Amino acid sequence: MTSPMTSAAHDEPWEEPLDPTARGVPGDGRRAARWLPRLLPRGTDVPEDLRAHVARYGGPPYRGAAQLLVGDVRAAGLTGRGGAAFPVHRKLAAVLDAARRSRYSRPVVVANGAESEPASEKDATLLWLAPHLVLDGLQLAAEAVGADQAILCVHAHRGGDVGIALRRALAERDGAQIDKVPVELAEAPPRFLAGQETALVNRLGGGPALPTFVPPRVTERGLGNAPTLVQNVETLAHLALIARYGPRWFRAAGTELEPGSMLCTLRRADGVSRITEVPLGTPLCDLLGGRDVEGTVLVGGYHGTWIPAGKAAALTLDSQSLRGAGASPGAGILITLPPTACGLAETARVARYLALESAGQCGPCLNGLPRIAGALDELAGPRPRRRTVEDVQRWAGLVTGRGACHHPDGTARFVRSALIAFAGELGLHERGRCSATSRKWFLPVPADPARTEEDWM
Amino acid sequence: MSEPTANRLLVNPIECSGHGACAELLPEMITTDEWGYPMVDGRPVPPALERDARRAVSACPVLALRLVPAEVAPEARTGRA
Amino acid sequence: MSRSTGVVSLVLLTAVVLIGLLITQQGRLPGLPRFAVTGLHRNLSLLAVAFVAIHVLAAVADSYVSIPLTATVIPFASGYERFWLGLGAAAADLMAAMIVTSLLRRHLSRRVWRGVHLLAYVSWPVALAHSIGSSTDLQHGWALYLATGCAVVVTAAVVWRLAAAARAVPRAERVTALMSARRRPGSRPGSGRDLTGAGTR
Repeated sequence: MTSPMTSAAHDEPWEEPLDPTARGVPGDGRRAARWLPRLLPRGTDVPEDLRAHVARYGGPPYRGAAQLLVGDVRAAGLTGRGGAAFPVHRKLAAVLDAARRSRYSRPVVVANGAESEPASEKDATLLWLAPHLVLDGLQLAAEAVGADQAILCVHAHRGGDVGIALRRALAERDGAQIDKVPVELAEAPPRFLAGQETALVNRLGGGPALPTFVPPRVTERGLGNAPTLVQNVETLAHLALIARYGPRWFRAAGTELEPGSMLCTLRRADGVSRITEVPLGTPLCDLLGGRDVEGTVLVGGYHGTWIPAGKAAALTLDSQSLRGAGASPGAGILITLPPTACGLAETARVARYLALESAGQCGPCLNGLPRIAGALDELAGPRPRRRTVEDVQRWAGLVTGRGACHHPDGTARFVRSALIAFAGELGLHERGRCSATSRKWFLPVPADPARTEEDWM
Repeated sequence: MSEPTANRLLVNPIECSGHGACAELLPEMITTDEWGYPMVDGRPVPPALERDARRAVSACPVLALRLVPAEVAPEARTGRA
Repeated sequence: MSRSTGVVSLVLLTAVVLIGLLITQQGRLPGLPRFAVTGLHRNLSLLAVAFVAIHVLAAVADSYVSIPLTATVIPFASGYERFWLGLGAAAADLMAAMIVTSLLRRHLSRRVWRGVHLLAYVSWPVALAHSIGSSTDLQHGWALYLATGCAVVVTAAVVWRLAAAARAVPRAERVTALMSARRRPGSRPGSGRDLTGAGTR
């Protein structure tokens, strides 16, 4: 299990007492809450048990009725940490609204710890080290929307230990009777799309982890046709802290438009993964290890964007800054591909994985992604034909926005950014040369593709 | 929005099998890609094409094409990841 | 008159079923655009409804055999001797369900519409059995050849459709099938035939 690394550059002690507008906070209210890290306990790689958790934070500060937490969440400006950055208060409001109209179905809350992005490890780390923060958030979210059912979903393969630790944590909470809503543990199959909101709900409902068409959104009609709130586990952890310390505390980190902190999975040229928590707006050069880092940075995982390291180092970790480079923070994945690797070959390998992970339900994605992967294979080899690049551009344009989910869109973005960032490499390949010297693959790509219907269950 | 009650065409890409009847009936708003799948113009349907749009919707053998009120925003098409 | 309208109904319904099967396989009729095939299916089925209605009313009005009106819609209401007649009522009921759900399909879930529409596989053979059993005409001569011809053609079409379904690649294997089919690097526009064959189904 990777151990958390605190972001030393931002580790200032924060002596101010807890937000006086925070309500119902049991525990020692005067102990200063350190600014960062907020989510991960410092200097440990062992799960925090319930006793230590309660000693630090107190028990979950229930409000006593549904809806009451939504105002604080809106004031805090919390957005989803699963990659889409959707405003959390709007999702809560949508579920409450749907529940009001449906009259028969009580909502369901799903904590999404599926983390199907192969390069991401922040959710697994969070669940391992601070399960009770996530579980508090799950309970508070359930109370906020009036849910009577809660599910915590984890990745089937990554972290068998995490499952055991979570069961232990749930047993502790059961014994202490601090949970209002029963929590069920579930597993998501190791498919790239399994963490997608509709696919996850589909799986939890007994079907395969395949995305479904929207409308209706899951907030309207999801698991068992009930209004369903799906939130990333990190989002719920932040929510648990906002409920205790209030929106002003949350906004003390981050930027005006994008407040708060986020967990990032960093993978530098040595190939080692580190998890760190940083405020939004942090300069990327701090995360990349300097201004003169070499190579190319992949911002946002396999649906993200390739940016030359020099250019990336001048940006900051927020949508405003990254948008200019065609990127977004996503789920906080930052991978630095060293110059010794071949960016085109790595991209081709990932594109093949992404094509194999297509649900195969929508004509454009099913037809486009394998063709794109095949074309990238050619570009990764010697003397690719000129029109192959045109083909890739055309197919990327054809698949974008034409599937039931964002898989083709994200793949197209990833591939197009590669053609820009590795244009120099492409020029070399056209002349029969390649700049790469490393013989090992750098990007993590799972080996076993989906072959049968069973692989989606 | 000048036409508050206008409708939009929405294709369910999961159900769509690339039959192509829709594109024949409403070429002004639906064309097919190189694989036979429809590319649907998501803007509100002008009143002059409303009737053809309804015919295109009925012609779909798998009920993949729908006319929905314009308030159903395009990004409601997909669930958030 | 009930006999002649009955024969026409049978022929129309045979055509409707054949076109319906063609549509499931993305097939075309020569010279007709795709929307015309679905349009023809709809128009012929409505025409068939009209002929079936006239056929039923003619049979009731015909004083040679007395058939109460209820027996036309409630199968076997007039006793077991009217077995073949009862089959006709059953086929008509199924057809009515298919027509009504198709007319209202914008308001129904896809699963409901499809489930009812699959009753065509039941409704047509029942209608054929009714035709042969309840009319002595259809038991010899040109009428028998006609009925047999319809049966043969529909059976062949159903077998063809079932074979296509058996041949179709299951969804979960579509991508791997396509990836291995694409050994050749790159492609040209125009060789963009849909790699799944008949759509994504």
